Amino acid sequence: MSVTIQDVEKIAALARLEFTPEEKEKFTRQFNDILAYMEKLNQLDTSNVEPLSHVIELKNVLREDVVKPGLTQEQALQNAPAKDDKFFKVPKVIGEK
Amino acid sequence: MPWNEQYEPVIGLEVHAQLLTKSKAFCSCSTEFGREPNSNVCPVCLGMPGVLPVLNRNLVEFIIRMGLATNCAIAPHSIFARKNYFYPDLPKGYQISQYEEPICSNGWIEIELEDGTRKKIGITRIHMEEDAGKSIHDQDSDTLVDMNRCGVPLIEIVSEPDIRSPRESYLYMHKIRQTVTYLGICDGNMEEGSLRCDANVSVRKKGETKLGTKTEVKNMNSFRFVEKALEYEINRQIDLLESGEKIIQQTLLWDSNKGIAAPMRSKEEAHDYRYFPDPDLAPVFVDEKWIAGVKKTLPEFPTARRDRFVSEYKLPKYDADVLTAEKELADYFEGVVKNLVKKTDESFKLASNWTMTDVLRVLNEQHIVLRDFPLPPNHHAEMINLIVDGTISGKIAKDVFEEMLKSKDSPKSIVEKNGLMQVSDEGAIERVIDEILTNNKGQVEEYQSGKEQVFGFFVGQTMKAMKGKANPKVVNEVLRRLLEQMKK
Repeated sequence: MSVTIQDVEKIAALARLEFTPEEKEKFTRQFNDILAYMEKLNQLDTSNVEPLSHVIELKNVLREDVVKPGLTQEQALQNAPAKDDKFFKVPKVIGEK
Repeated sequence: MPWNEQYEPVIGLEVHAQLLTKSKAFCSCSTEFGREPNSNVCPVCLGMPGVLPVLNRNLVEFIIRMGLATNCAIAPHSIFARKNYFYPDLPKGYQISQYEEPICSNGWIEIELEDGTRKKIGITRIHMEEDAGKSIHDQDSDTLVDMNRCGVPLIEIVSEPDIRSPRESYLYMHKIRQTVTYLGICDGNMEEGSLRCDANVSVRKKGETKLGTKTEVKNMNSFRFVEKALEYEINRQIDLLESGEKIIQQTLLWDSNKGIAAPMRSKEEAHDYRYFPDPDLAPVFVDEKWIAGVKKTLPEFPTARRDRFVSEYKLPKYDADVLTAEKELADYFEGVVKNLVKKTDESFKLASNWTMTDVLRVLNEQHIVLRDFPLPPNHHAEMINLIVDGTISGKIAKDVFEEMLKSKDSPKSIVEKNGLMQVSDEGAIERVIDEILTNNKGQVEEYQSGKEQVFGFFVGQTMKAMKGKANPKVVNEVLRRLLEQMKK
């Protein structure tokens, strides 16, 4: 399986990133290099190994259902590039997610 | 609107239920509704860099409750995943959800169809996730964003495509609502969005085993809209197939004003969520001991409660069905029963009648839910006590009931203030009847000549003269005795 320039364009679009044609070519090459390395790992037989989702062996890290104060409205909005006195403001987005 | 009978709809529902935890799913912010915008927030739910989410224990407890109530297998090991997409009300750029290894799977619930038969609807999975914030598009030239809801815990309940009609979808939604409210994990309010429903719909010729191309219908924000939107979509698909066209797999939004489901404008990539395990959240391990502990907290379920109402209070099955349909109503009824002085079958039935007819009537008329009903169960019971001990008549009780709703006063003080006590004194009633019979000689003669219906006229006149306060039983007795005497 090799990565094409279309794959790179799709991933860029999903990440809302824009690249020059040269960058796209470079990334296509780099993606393929990385996957080629992964192919090497694929030579190992892992059919009897459970997939690992976490490298640290923690489990059930839970907190009790207790409310604690967070930020005030003023603090929450403090660093927003666009806001009014109550809301964050973003360029008009129409339609559902 | 019925559809072409040659076709069969195939429907699967995805229901989101907002959980009644005090704090959010992965941070300690309050989940309280209706607060100032952007005041129930912290660095975690605002998606600031470098923060770590910590799972709310009650989110796990609540979903185990739901899993047990819907006959699901509870996974001993489950993990969270990131669902990636960009939208302004999702500050992290991903929603924490579950993808592989959801906590509950392979369950079912049973719905009761109109003809009384029961049908099992499979539950594919139930998983934990977090809600997004709220975008407001119509108050400003920009879009305004409120993050208070961002991170509020949700469970998503995914059904098997076992549903075969809009009516069954409606019944399924009702069953889900009944279940979450009985469990006390969600308030079940569809209009306010605490319960949301999306549907996957396809149609096929009857007898066909292969599934047709499906569409997804969203934005059905009331029980009635679920039924209407699905009817619309089923007919739309059948019409397309009948005219030789193909169904396009797409998402449609129900527009309740126009009564149509229109395709959503969005790019194809929007559905490429690139799920991967969330490295910030440790896996959840649920052992038998934890499950057993949650089992002990499960409430009495509707069917068991209905059967108990029949055996304990000797209520007809119909009454028990109505009273236990909603947990709040069943709780209200039992609140009344608890405060009855005479715990007899007669007073239980009175409490049932008043709850089923008068309480439900007021809720319907005023478009309110039981939580906001002004008459507390103890006042309601006091009124029934007054009927049972003969202080007021059932007729006067109707006035007392209305007055209690208005003034929120206790029934005893309303009865005393307005002098509504029932008159059972035979002497007093006899004096009134005597006068009526003297003044209505013509009707007395009619009665003597065999016109029995005139009896009702005398009762009416007596009640009128005594402003409805006469004990009807005593009035009947006295009237009959006096008329018999006059015959001789």
